[in-house]
Amino acid sequence: MAVAMKLDSKAPGGPLESKWTRHKNQLKLVSPTNKRKYTILVVGTGLAGASAAASLAELGYNVKAFCIQDSPRRAHSIAAQGGINAAKNYKNDGDSVWRLFYDTIKGGDYRAREANVYRLAELSVNIIDQCVAQGVPFAREYGGLLDTRSFGGALVERTFYARGQTGQQLLLGAYSAMMRQVDAGRVALYPRREMLDLVVINGQARGIVCRNLITGELEPYVGDAVVLCTGGYGNAYFLATYAKNSNATAIWRCHKRGALFANPCFTQIHPTCIPVTGDYQSKLTLMSESLRNDGRVWVPKKKGDTRPPNEIPEDERDYFLERKYPSYGNLAPRDIASRAVKAVCDEGRGVGASGRAVYLDFSDTIREKGIDYIKEQYGNLFEMYQHITGEDPYKVPMRIYPAIHYTMGGLWVDYNLMSTIPGLFVLGEANFSDHGANRLGASALMQGLADGYFIIPYTIGDYFANTTLPKVTTDHSAFKDSLAEVHQWLTKLLSIQGEKTVLELHRELGMILWDYVGMARNAQGLQTAIEKIRKLREEFWNNLRIPGDANMLNKNLEMAGRVADFMELGELMAIDALHREESCGAHFREEYQTPDGEALRNDERFCYVAAWEYTGDISKPELHTEPLQFEFVTPTVRSYK
Amino acid sequence: MSKKMTLHLRVWRQPNARTPGAFVTYTVKDVSPDMSLLELLDVLNEQLIKQGELPVEFDSDCREGICGTCGFLVNGVAHGPKRGRTACQQYVRDFKDGETVTLEPFRAKAFPVIKDLVVDRSAFDRIIAAGGYISVNTGSAPDANSIPIPKDIAEQAFDAAACIGCGACVAACPNASASLFVSAKIAHLALLPQGQPERIRRVLRMVEQMDREGFGDCSNHGECEAVCPKSISIKTIALMRREYLRALWSR
Ligand SMILES: Cc1cc2nc3c(=O)[nH]c(=O)nc-3n(C[C@H](O)[C@H](O)[C@H](O)COP(=O)(O)OP(=O)(O)OC[C@H]3O[C@@H](n4cnc5c(N)ncnc54)[C@H](O)[C@@H]3O)c2cc1C
Ligand code: FES
Repeated sequence: MAVAMKLDSKAPGGPLESKWTRHKNQLKLVSPTNKRKYTILVVGTGLAGASAAASLAELGYNVKAFCIQDSPRRAHSIAAQGGINAAKNYKNDGDSVWRLFYDTIKGGDYRAREANVYRLAELSVNIIDQCVAQGVPFAREYGGLLDTRSFGGALVERTFYARGQTGQQLLLGAYSAMMRQVDAGRVALYPRREMLDLVVINGQARGIVCRNLITGELEPYVGDAVVLCTGGYGNAYFLATYAKNSNATAIWRCHKRGALFANPCFTQIHPTCIPVTGDYQSKLTLMSESLRNDGRVWVPKKKGDTRPPNEIPEDERDYFLERKYPSYGNLAPRDIASRAVKAVCDEGRGVGASGRAVYLDFSDTIREKGIDYIKEQYGNLFEMYQHITGEDPYKVPMRIYPAIHYTMGGLWVDYNLMSTIPGLFVLGEANFSDHGANRLGASALMQGLADGYFIIPYTIGDYFANTTLPKVTTDHSAFKDSLAEVHQWLTKLLSIQGEKTVLELHRELGMILWDYVGMARNAQGLQTAIEKIRKLREEFWNNLRIPGDANMLNKNLEMAGRVADFMELGELMAIDALHREESCGAHFREEYQTPDGEALRNDERFCYVAAWEYTGDISKPELHTEPLQFEFVTPTVRSYK
Repeated sequence: MSKKMTLHLRVWRQPNARTPGAFVTYTVKDVSPDMSLLELLDVLNEQLIKQGELPVEFDSDCREGICGTCGFLVNGVAHGPKRGRTACQQYVRDFKDGETVTLEPFRAKAFPVIKDLVVDRSAFDRIIAAGGYISVNTGSAPDANSIPIPKDIAEQAFDAAACIGCGACVAACPNASASLFVSAKIAHLALLPQGQPERIRRVLRMVEQMDREGFGDCSNHGECEAVCPKSISIKTIALMRREYLRALWSR
C-alpha cells in the first residue's frame, strides 16, 4: 500500500523552459578559497563519475575517485556502441529541446519528472560541445561538420556517434579530463577498490569503506559528500549486456543505510543482442540499436520453418515490426520491439537452434547502398558478431534476441541529484534517472554526462553552502563500526564453505529473474519469484563455497559480495513489479494489456515514483511515493503505430 | 551441435608479487568449441573451486573486446592466436582438440605481476596524466560545429584514438616498449585542431613519463602492431618521433 510520506523532489515551479536557469540562479555558491576545504568522494569513474570528478576538481574541490577496474578508463560506459542524443538540430529536421524532452517523457511512458527531463534535453547540446573540445572524434561529414543518425523511438536524426564506439570515445574524453586533474593534484585516484559501505554521521554521508582488491585490506575514507556513480544493476539477471564487474553493491549498501530505492522493477530489455548459445555463457553481447536503421527484422510466417533464411521467399517472411508499427517500423522503441520479438518466438516462429531468435537482415541495404556503406557504418559490429558466432553477417542475416541491458530504477534522487541521505548524491545509471519506465536509445550517455559535467557542479555547492559539516576523521566511531561490520560480513561469507560456487548461485538467481521478472510479468509469477529468491538466498548463505581468504586478490569473494546483494535486490525488484498493477514502458504486466497486446497504464493509481525504504527486513520494505505531475505534456497512450 | 573438445591449459600460477611463480597444467574436458577462452577459464575455475584449489585469477570486464581489461600471453602471443582481437575474443574453436595451451601474464618490468595472470598496468594511467588530454574546463567549449574537421583527418585521429590501453603492445615488444600506446594518444590529439595548443608540451611530457616508468625503447620490431587488437598502426610511432623532434627543436 502506498504510504503518504513527503518526498520532496525540489523540482522548481514556473515555466518549463526556464526552470533550470532560475534554479541555478537561486543555488548558493561556495567561494573559490572555501572550495579547497571540501573533499568529495566520487565512487565510480564511468561517464557520470569521470565527468563529475573532472568538473568538481576544476572548480577547486578535492576529489578522491574510486573504481573497481585497474584503470578508470575501463568502466562499463566504455562498451556503449550506438551514440548520444543531443537536440542540436544540425540536420534541420525539426528537432528541438522541446522535442527531445517530449520524446524522452513519452518514451519513458510518463513515469519521469518533467523538470528533470527538460533539463536533460536542454543540457544535451552543451555535452556535444564539451566532448568535441576534448578531442572526441565523432563521425563527420565530408564538409567537416558533425554527422548524426536516427535511433529507436525518434523520428529525427539527433544521435551523434563515433563509429560503433561512442561510449569508449566519450569515456576517454571524460577520463582524460579527469587525468588532467590528477596531473594538477586535485584528483586522487583509487583504482581496484570496491566500496562496501557508506558511513553516515549525524544523518549526513561522510565517508565510505572500501576493500583494496589487491591486498584485501579494508580502507576508510572520509569526505564532505559522497557522489555515487556506480552504474546499473542489470547483472542481477546474470546474463546481461553489462560488463562482468557491474554490480549493485554500492547503491544497495547505501539503500541499507537509509537511501530510498526507486522503481527497482523498471529494467530494460534490449531487442538486439546475440542469442544465448550454451549454458557456459558468461554474458550477452549487444548488437547496437543503430543496426535497426538499415537492418530489417523478420521471422518466417510459418511455424517451425527450419529452412535457411535465404531459401525462404519474400512472401513467406513476416517483417513483424514494420507490419505492427508502420510509422516507426524497425525503429520502434526497445520495450515495444523486445515484446514483439518475444511474441513471435512464443508463437513458435523463432529461428536458430533454440527457436529463441529472429533475423536482422541487411541484404536489402547491401543491395541498395552497397557493402562499403555497411562496412563504414557498422564494420566493427559486424566483425564482433562474426567473432562471437562464427557466422558472416554480410552473407547470412544476424540472429538476435532480447537481453537485459539497462536499469531505469536506482536510488531515488531529488532535482539536485541528492538521495534521501543528505550529502549522498547519485549520478548516471545508479540513480532512478530521467528515463521513467523505459529509456530511449542514446540517452544514457547523455544523462550520465549531463549529471556529471553540468548538474552536480552546481548542486553540490548549494549543499555545502547550506550545511554545517562538523569535522570528522576516520577515528569516528561510525567508521569503526562500519569497518567491523564489513569485516564480519566478509568473514561470514568465507566461513560458509558449502558446495556451490558463486557462479552457480548467480546463474540460478538470474534464471528466476529472467523467467518471472523479465520481459513479461504477472502476479502469480512474481509471487513465485519472491518465494524462489528467498529460498535461493537461504541456500546462498548456507551452501556457498568461496576459495581462498580475504587477504588476497580474490575475485570469487568480490563476486560473492555482489551476488549476496543481488539476492536481496532481486526480491525488491519482484516486490515492486508485483505492487505496480499496470503495464508501463518496460514493465509489462500480462494482466494489464490492450486487446492488441500493448501496455495498459493506470495513471489514476500509479502515476508516481515508487521509492522503497529498507526497514531492516528485506522482505518487508516500506513504500513511499512521489506523485508525478504533468503540467506541460498530457499523458496519452503511447503509440508508435 | 558441434563436437565437444578437450584442452590442456598450462597456466602460470603466482600467488602474489613477492612469491615466485610456476606453470601448472590442467585439463578441461568436453567443452563447446563456441565457448570463449575466458569462459573456458571460468569452467576450469569452477572445477578448481570444487576440488578445493585456488582458481586462476585473471582480469576481464566487458568480454567483448572494448575495455582493454583482459590480456595475457596465449602460447607466447599477447591475447592469442587470432590477431586483431583481445583475449576475451578468442574462442575454443580457434584451438585444436587435445592441444596444450600455455597461458602466462604479460611480461614487462613496467607491468609487475599481481597474481597469476593479473598484472599492474597503472603506468599507462600515469603516462596519460602527464599530458594525454586537451585542457578544456567544463562549460568553456565553443559550439561543436564551429571548427570543421576534414573527414579523413577525423578518421585518422579515430584510428589512433581506438586504442584500448590493454598493454599487449608492451607485452609483445622484445624491449617492452610502450611506444605504440603512447604514440596512439599523441597521434589522436596531434591530428585534431583542438589538440594543437598543447602539442609540444604533451609529447615531451608523455615521452618523459614513459621513460620514467621503465618501458624500453622502440627499435622498430613491429611486434606491437601485429598483436594490437585495434590494429593501431606503427605509423603512429613515426608520427610520435616527428612530434618529439619538432618539440625538441622548438623548445
Ligand atoms: C553494451 C551496451 C551498449 C550501450 N550503448 C549505449 C548507447 O549507445 N547510448 C547510450 O546512451 N547508452 C548506451 N548504453 C548504456 C550506457 O552505456 C550506460 O548506462 C552508462 O554508460 C552508465 O554510465 P555510468 O557512469 O552511470 O556507470 P558505469 O559506466 O557503469 O560505471 C560504473 C563505475 O562504478 C564503479 N563501481 C561500481 N561499483 C563500485 C563499488 N562498489 N565501488 C567502487 N566502484 C564501483 C565501476 O568501477 C565503474 O567505474 C549501453 C549499455 C551497454 C551495456
Ligand atoms: S574483457 Fe574487455 S577487452 Fe577483454
